[in-house]
Amino acid sequence: MRMKRTMAALAGATLALSLAACGDDDGGDSPATVEENPEFESGTTMAELAEAGTVTIGTKFDQPGFGLLGLGDEPEGFDVEVAKIIAGALGIAEDDIDWEESPSELREQLIEDGTVDFVVATYTINDERKQRISFAGPYYNAGQMLMVQSDNDTITGPDDLKANPDQKVCSVTGSTPAENIKQYLANADQLVLFDVYDKCADAMEDNQVQVVTTDNVILAGFVSESDGEFKLVGEQFTEEPYGIGIKKGDVEFCEFINQTLQENEDAYLEAWDSTAGQIEGTERPELPEPDPCT
Amino acid sequence: MSRPENVLYDEPGPRARRRALVGTVVAGLLLLGVIGLAVRKLAQEGQFDMELWGPLIDPGNESFRDVWRLLGRGLQATLISAVLAIVLSLVVGTLLGTLRLRLGRWSRMPVVGVIELLRGLPVVITIFFVWQVLPETPINVGPLPGEDGLWYLVIGLTLYNSVIIAEIIRAGVLSLPRGQGEAARAVGMTEGQVMSTVLLPQAFRTMLPALISQLVVVLKDTSLAAVLGLYLETLRRANLIAQNLDNPIQVLTVVGLMFIVINYALSRLAVWTERRVSRSGFRPEAAEAEVTAGA
Amino acid sequence: MDPVLDNLDLYWSGFLRSLGICLWGLVGSLALGTLIAAFRVSPIPSLRWFGTAWVTVIRNCPLTVVLFFFAFGFPELGINRSYYVFGVSALIVYTSPFVCEALRSGINAVSAGQAEAARAIGLTFTQSLGQVVLPQAFRTSIPPLGSVLIAMFKNAAVVGAFGVGQDLFSVGKGLANAQGYDALPVLTGVAVFYLLITLPAGAILALLERKVAIVR
Repeated sequence: MRMKRTMAALAGATLALSLAACGDDDGGDSPATVEENPEFESGTTMAELAEAGTVTIGTKFDQPGFGLLGLGDEPEGFDVEVAKIIAGALGIAEDDIDWEESPSELREQLIEDGTVDFVVATYTINDERKQRISFAGPYYNAGQMLMVQSDNDTITGPDDLKANPDQKVCSVTGSTPAENIKQYLANADQLVLFDVYDKCADAMEDNQVQVVTTDNVILAGFVSESDGEFKLVGEQFTEEPYGIGIKKGDVEFCEFINQTLQENEDAYLEAWDSTAGQIEGTERPELPEPDPCT
Repeated sequence: MSRPENVLYDEPGPRARRRALVGTVVAGLLLLGVIGLAVRKLAQEGQFDMELWGPLIDPGNESFRDVWRLLGRGLQATLISAVLAIVLSLVVGTLLGTLRLRLGRWSRMPVVGVIELLRGLPVVITIFFVWQVLPETPINVGPLPGEDGLWYLVIGLTLYNSVIIAEIIRAGVLSLPRGQGEAARAVGMTEGQVMSTVLLPQAFRTMLPALISQLVVVLKDTSLAAVLGLYLETLRRANLIAQNLDNPIQVLTVVGLMFIVINYALSRLAVWTERRVSRSGFRPEAAEAEVTAGA
Repeated sequence: MDPVLDNLDLYWSGFLRSLGICLWGLVGSLALGTLIAAFRVSPIPSLRWFGTAWVTVIRNCPLTVVLFFFAFGFPELGINRSYYVFGVSALIVYTSPFVCEALRSGINAVSAGQAEAARAIGLTFTQSLGQVVLPQAFRTSIPPLGSVLIAMFKNAAVVGAFGVGQDLFSVGKGLANAQGYDALPVLTGVAVFYLLITLPAGAILALLERKVAIVR
């Protein structure tokens, strides 16, 4: 899945370009502020990290808009900026952050064995993962949406699909979005499955399918690439809340992260604008209410 | 290889030469046409724009230094992983190979089983397996120098290549004249001494070309890390650069050329060594089939 | 709850998908490899030159680079196909020089007298190649060709790992990562199914070698 998403994003040409343009020099233009000598109760993770003066943070290296290794050999993106806000509140400047690549397969592992102090890596909060680690946040709600041709007025949201069985919906074989969309469809024939999203976008261009559905982040890439041919319609109808992965049961650290995000909403929005917000078609998020820490 | 290739046709006479000339021109034009079409397509899509090539070939470009620094790091990572893998494979492979030679018919069954198993598995699956399963075992690569990804890649490659090398070594030892071992035993050497001081050194010598060819295979296989997203070697670096600059064709061309140059040089070295080795005695026939396949 | 037995149907369809990649690769690379081999032995220098360049370039290039060229390069030219098509094409292109060289070694091993006799009775280059030399060359080439093809079957897994979807590798990755099964049994299952392709292929090859190969 991760691989495919990367491919889809890679196809989002303008996207990578615009991001490269804004992230070449990481010479401290980060919106994160660095606290000077913050005080923490001894024995907490915060105190340990502030004392050490360095932190190891896990993020994706190949997820444009969120965490992509830039030409300066440092990751760039929304996740990275969010991580910098948290590090800043610990009194750690971005130069003192060690970035550790955290592909989907290894995120829990890296947190459990202490390789990283926390993970910000398009990391969807779910119960299965909570058995091994804890989440702070969410800091962003990704979700599934629909993309149609710009002149399509028939479909304005997933609820229009049942009444219009001739509007074929495209997604990727075996993916979660493909499963999610089934309940909105009139029959099984309405769903067309390909092996990658690029195929869906092409098929929609040729009018073989009328709707493409997956995560808003991927769709936004296609919309920006299409020069106004495609548009997103309706609301996000699934919730994929992205959280910050920390050691299981570290309630104090979780609460600290949540509080930091709440207190730095401006920096959070600025982080979005300078990274994923540059992708056309993405909407500036509101900082979601944090889940209770457990 | 030793015979000239023109057994298939005579030394051409005047008519044949004329025909060959016509054929050459026609085929050449056809080839040029195909290449021309490809070039035109590339040009139409703006693939020759300096905006795309500049970061790779124009030292004045703002990204040039960054791009080549990253490619340099990638190349370094590729070479480190390849050298580690080939050295480890050589050690493990020699052990496995001699074990297979020295054990009795029944007691070598497990060794043969392991060799056949690892040989039958695609190396990409072996690497993925190591990457996914090793962290769940008590074996921890953390204390080793370098990134974790490096070691998962090296271990995966070693598992595969050591059994290949074991077979190369075995073939090498078996290709030695029987008299070598017999003579060594006759002068009172132990089995271990026979192997380590008489047979193996000669086998290594005859196997050297095959071993160099295997290095080419290993070098190519390190780039499997890019498919898995496991380790920042050359191709993965290239991919990430292309994501930043949106110029996959250009970056892949440059990286492809890097691989071709290195591997071509190694292949020539293998051929050169083979000539030297075969001139001085034994013929490493048995290993040839093994290495042509590549991975 | 056995992760392999519970998902045996998934594994089976993955196996068939992987087998499909292998078979397309087999047909395609034999065809393309034979063509390139014919180029390399032809009397026309420009074709020989092209064949040599093809073999030198592609043989020294990792499969992954060829694959990425197809998958990431072609879309830049407005050429979009599924990753399955791109993956299989890359596999065929990558394998073709190895097939070519295996065949060429076979052609070189056909004794000169055969070609001379063919020419002596007036056969043209194409006739002597197609009716006399190649049929013998194929048989002599079986051992090296076999190892090339088995390597190709294993390389089909790279195409799968790249993201063709639904093949054995993807099934294993999906079960281990997305559905949270233990990696060890899941991937052992993948390995076993893969051996179901490579080991019988090896056995068939050995049989072929005994039956038809010409031992010189």
